[in-house]
Amino acid sequence: MADSQLLTDVRALVGREYGRVYAWDEVNAPMIRQWCEIMGVDNPLYTDPLFAANSVQDGLVAPPAMLQVWCMEGFHLNNYAPGSTTENPYEVLKLIESYGYGSVVAVNSELTFKRNVRPGEKLYYTTRLDSVGDEKTTGLGTGFFVTLVMSYFVEHKSGDEEVGELLFRVFKFRPANPKAAEAAPAKVETAPVVKRPKPGMSDDTRFFWEGCDAGKLLIQRCTQCQTLRHPPAPVCIECHSFDWDSVQASGRASLYSFVIMHYPEVAPFDHPNPIGLIELEEGVRLVAGLVGVKREELSIGMPLQLEFKTFDGELTLPLFRALSLPAAE
Amino acid sequence: MTQSSLSGSAAIVGLGATEFSKNSGRTELRLALEATLAALKDAGIDPSEVEGFSSYSVDKVPEYEIARLLGCKDVKFFSQVPHGGGAACAPIMHAAMAVATGVAKVVVVYRAMNERSWYRFGSGSYGFASTPIFENVNYGWYMPHGLHTPASWVGMFAQRYMHTYGATSEDFGRVAVAVRDFAATNPAAFFYGKPITLEEHQASRWICEPLHLLDCCQESDGAVAMVITSAERAKDLRQKPVTIKAGSQGITSGQQIMTSFYRDDITGLPEMGVVAKELYRQSGLGPEALQTAIIYDHFTPFVLPQLEEFGLCERGEAKEFIRAGHHARGGKFPINTHGGQLGEAYIHGMNGVAEAVRQVRGTAVNQVDSVENVLVTAGTGVPTSGLILGTA
Repeated sequence: MADSQLLTDVRALVGREYGRVYAWDEVNAPMIRQWCEIMGVDNPLYTDPLFAANSVQDGLVAPPAMLQVWCMEGFHLNNYAPGSTTENPYEVLKLIESYGYGSVVAVNSELTFKRNVRPGEKLYYTTRLDSVGDEKTTGLGTGFFVTLVMSYFVEHKSGDEEVGELLFRVFKFRPANPKAAEAAPAKVETAPVVKRPKPGMSDDTRFFWEGCDAGKLLIQRCTQCQTLRHPPAPVCIECHSFDWDSVQASGRASLYSFVIMHYPEVAPFDHPNPIGLIELEEGVRLVAGLVGVKREELSIGMPLQLEFKTFDGELTLPLFRALSLPAAE
Repeated sequence: MTQSSLSGSAAIVGLGATEFSKNSGRTELRLALEATLAALKDAGIDPSEVEGFSSYSVDKVPEYEIARLLGCKDVKFFSQVPHGGGAACAPIMHAAMAVATGVAKVVVVYRAMNERSWYRFGSGSYGFASTPIFENVNYGWYMPHGLHTPASWVGMFAQRYMHTYGATSEDFGRVAVAVRDFAATNPAAFFYGKPITLEEHQASRWICEPLHLLDCCQESDGAVAMVITSAERAKDLRQKPVTIKAGSQGITSGQQIMTSFYRDDITGLPEMGVVAKELYRQSGLGPEALQTAIIYDHFTPFVLPQLEEFGLCERGEAKEFIRAGHHARGGKFPINTHGGQLGEAYIHGMNGVAEAVRQVRGTAVNQVDSVENVLVTAGTGVPTSGLILGTA
């Protein structure tokens, strides 16, 4: 049961508004261009003035998902733009922590937009402690869901205009076991949802990933000598022909080797993380995650069946499931 | 009778190093210069005489800056060998080739790094981008699944090796225990005075099954440098010459960087086999002519197939070699007498070359008797390299 004094102190903070955090710079083209490059965004609406001028936007706009970026601290910790509040919008977390809820994990980061922002506009945000839920117990441990709402404004002489909002929710908890505590990110201010790393793709390999998107595991085949190859390459290792197509793997496979990753615990992966070197029945190997397997039952040579899973709504990966076990994980 | 113009042409005549630590507290450039100046002083050669440099990736200290600060005026040879620890022996080979061909009379090789305090190779977060250059595309087969650390890549080979030959985690542990025993009596080692037991190895936490924490080398800060010149000049210098009897790099079929998972068999290290064959060819020596070796030990499992590739034991029988304690103190073929990268420090293999130099000079803290020839190997699982160093 939560301490009654804690509940009283926390409730007193709910609804509190925290002062402005200003952007270091006005919305600007160089920052937009670099962000797009890093994130792999190639929409010319953000970077091509001519294209943007002829679009319904009638000129360049910043990518909406950059909203949070403009008001971030500098390279150094807590290096906020001049004039920013010195209040700590996360003070409630310190308060909860003082009652022994030492761990934190970010659970939601949701952006909503009222309009696009444009180069030249200057932003700031204010923070409101929206809610602190009742004490809850999850797989991680026991604690409180804390929701903060950051409102983003564009400064105008005629009065500031709200352009968007960030809902940020964390779970501040006392871990069910110490291992789970280590797994949780320690720093909430910079804990956006971490996605699976996307593979680099080239003209030699794109067909494989497009196949995954379509639910097909494709193996590259030399059309000259029919040799199958993985990983894909521009030329046949046997006859050096540049001509190739692909065949769809049956999905039946066996475990050639495996590891179980424990450390370092890098987001967004679950740990322990079993990963296999998979030998497809067609004879080529690939590396893929293992699902539905128990540690004590993992053994080289065990039969596996292909399945696909889409991560973060955008990356489809082949995974392999132990055939001898029921489908439930 | 030697078999090549490289063998015996050049010698290591100077050796320098910084202390090895977890946080050097100074720049890599400074570490490189401290080690280089110490090596030149050890050799009794003036910095202005240096005509060549060699290091290897991912050393961030450029040779031109060292040359500028040393006051070199006539530098005609410089190389930086790719593939990290796999290159650890290659700069000495490159230097020997430059000396043997007369391109450069004095060459400095160095490796300086604040690997532990500035960046960490085992972090699992390397920020590969989406540009379709080969490296990004290649790691795309592994990173999305979370197979993203050197330990995880080595683990995949190790699991198959165990399955095929019946080696066990305890066999890997026996490698760790032996090198930590040597480290315990090496004052330069990070783990000086801190031996481990096999039970402690087995009880250490998993990093990536089948690898325990104590199967994995340290991460370290430090620098090592050496001076190479002709065997002829070496005779007149102040240190006992350490002759470069053979040097080779190695790439072979199905070669990748840490992920050569697609070969018919993944229980060997065939690129090290290429190196072994060439080292023996150049030197005219065989395994029986070696008294000790520095076997690259970033992770214990890869020590075993290296012993096999060099013919120090039969294929699949390294576990018997290890169980008999041949590799340990008092054994018939002690290896990694400085404590290895598990015990002394992880200076990307260059500290292992340094130990080979000391063994040939007869100045090692854990000196092996009557050393004439020492094998040194470089990083495994990647394009690699090796050396045989010996008495003149």
